[in-house]
Amino acid sequence: MRFLLVEDTADLARSVQDLLRLNGHGVDWAASLAEAQDCLAAARYDLILLDIALPDGDGRRFLADLRRAGNDSPVIMMTARSAVADRIDALDGGADDYLTKPFALAELEARARAVLRRRGGAAQTVRQYADLTFDPLTATMTIAGEVRELRNRELRLFEILVNAPDRIFSKDQLCDRLFSFAESVSDNAIEVYVGRLRRKLDGSSARIETVRGLGYRLTAA
Amino acid sequence: MTDSPARNRPARLGSGRVALTGSLRRKLVLQFLAVAAVVAVALFFAVRVTADRAAEAAQDAVLGAATIALSEGLRAEEDGLDLDLPPTTFSMLSAMGEDRVFYRVTLGSDTVTGYGDLPLPATLPPGALPEFYDASYLDTPLRLAAVTRSMLVDGRQVTALAVLGQTRFGQRAIADSIARRAALLGVGFFLLAVPLSLWAARSILGPVGRVTEAVARRGPHDLRPVNQSVPRELGPLIGALNGFILRLRGALSRTETFIAEAAHHIRTPLSTVRTEAEIALRQTQEEPTRVRLRSVIRSVEESSRSAGQLLEHALVLYRTDRVDRSEFDLAAVVTALVEAFRPTAELRDIALALDLRAGEVPVIGDRLMIEAALRNLVDNAIKYSDADGTVDVGLTVADGSAQVTVSDRGRGLGGASLADLATRFRRGGNVTDVVGSGLGLTIVTEVAEASGGRFSLSPRDGGGTCAVFSLPLR
Repeated sequence: MRFLLVEDTADLARSVQDLLRLNGHGVDWAASLAEAQDCLAAARYDLILLDIALPDGDGRRFLADLRRAGNDSPVIMMTARSAVADRIDALDGGADDYLTKPFALAELEARARAVLRRRGGAAQTVRQYADLTFDPLTATMTIAGEVRELRNRELRLFEILVNAPDRIFSKDQLCDRLFSFAESVSDNAIEVYVGRLRRKLDGSSARIETVRGLGYRLTAA
Repeated sequence: MTDSPARNRPARLGSGRVALTGSLRRKLVLQFLAVAAVVAVALFFAVRVTADRAAEAAQDAVLGAATIALSEGLRAEEDGLDLDLPPTTFSMLSAMGEDRVFYRVTLGSDTVTGYGDLPLPATLPPGALPEFYDASYLDTPLRLAAVTRSMLVDGRQVTALAVLGQTRFGQRAIADSIARRAALLGVGFFLLAVPLSLWAARSILGPVGRVTEAVARRGPHDLRPVNQSVPRELGPLIGALNGFILRLRGALSRTETFIAEAAHHIRTPLSTVRTEAEIALRQTQEEPTRVRLRSVIRSVEESSRSAGQLLEHALVLYRTDRVDRSEFDLAAVVTALVEAFRPTAELRDIALALDLRAGEVPVIGDRLMIEAALRNLVDNAIKYSDADGTVDVGLTVADGSAQVTVSDRGRGLGGASLADLATRFRRGGNVTDVVGSGLGLTIVTEVAEASGGRFSLSPRDGGGTCAVFSLPLR
């Protein structure tokens, strides 16, 4: 996905960009509303991540102006203030969703997907691997014309693997991306999801290989 | 922020300790009554003096006429004077009541007839008009009248003096009777003044009471200036009150801004830490480092959550005092809330099931506070549910109240009571492995209290927890 990040705190903006890029997304950064305006004039974005308090104005007003001008790009507001009060403000102002800082990348991606799904999927997210077609937006996998629905963790697990085919991911690495750090995870949790995904991949040439002592990787026979 | 909620709230009107020094109304009434008493006494004396004078004038008129009649009864004879006392003279005087009458007629320095020691006037009256004077005779106060008459006796021109004295019992009786009436009049006036003073005091202090009532009747959030029309004397007081209201408004809005700013300044750097840690975790393969990074992320989540909950708790406490009540559709709020949580729940493959039996559910309350409470309930249910579970959110209307039910199939309450869990920073004994601040249920309980609603937490049949948050219907 291609994001426009409108955030004035440079440290935070830099690390959010890095993290999004690590997951294979494209990101442009605007440190002010004026810069955001320039970016929007020059490129199309799948999603705008908009902070509320910016040096040259209020993100909510910027959004309202954007909507009045007929721009209906999907917008997720980021707030570091009271979650409830800002949520009402943000949604009333035309935002598609909101995120309270600090947020996990997985949460951002989940919300972005939900917004794009609601909007009818503007982003070109469908990807091809071996003999299967994978659409993370609708959380479906199509193998030989048969559509299979993925649950959220199956989807995210497959997304991680399919973004780097043949690369070995350790259980820990997968755990860290699949589970929230706030919850306790049992040792065999990842095996459960790998097992489920293998069943969904049944009949495809793509398969998840266990590399003993190292982890898992996606390969196509 | 560790104070109890009750202590955090400003003292309500009437509960503050105010030193009351006397009553304006009593002061006014007493002053009115003092004036009325002075007026009543003055009235009494004025009536008495006037009555005394009138009685004396009446006696003088009779006494004068009788004296003139007496002097006209004098006749000159060869050997002197002869008094032909006319009977009308004494019948006139007897009209005065029990009074005794004394007379004396002198010719030059000789007493011709009557009581020889009856006191004479200091100077001889010049003409035919009687001269009146007071004197004491036989230890009795007398009113006397003296008239002179020129007569020819033996061809000589002489001046005869006729003196008539009368005791003053009749006059005293009349004066006493009038004095009694004057006293009655004074007392009556005073008695009439009592209710009048009370009424006057009440009507003067009326505007004070009306302003008090207008201010006391206001809802706690009503911080408009007082714009009642009041007497000029109350103007400065109302001005001061309005100035105070303005400052209070400023302070409250600064509090809200402060809460928002505080959240911003705490959460923004935490966001950077969290994101950086997440990147580092992705980039390193070394297990000890990864363990540390996970612990960093967990701590950031814990502190950002605590900061969020603390600020939300502060916001709830602060809003409790100014409850922004408005009517809103609870069904719409619950629906939006569930939709907002759906992606979060999906991250853990938890399904959020929404069961709306009613259509619109209009309730009155502080929407922000109620949303904060419901957010905490749904958040808790998701947090404590196992992956692949379902959280059921329902909204029903029964017995004049709207009930939001949030039930999960999580680990349950572990035997803890709501009172325990609603205690600030107290968490259930069975949830130490899950990040939490121990403020969520405190917030929910406080919002329920402030909104006139109820909150209960109970084990769910078949495992899990069932939270019920109810609000009175509009």
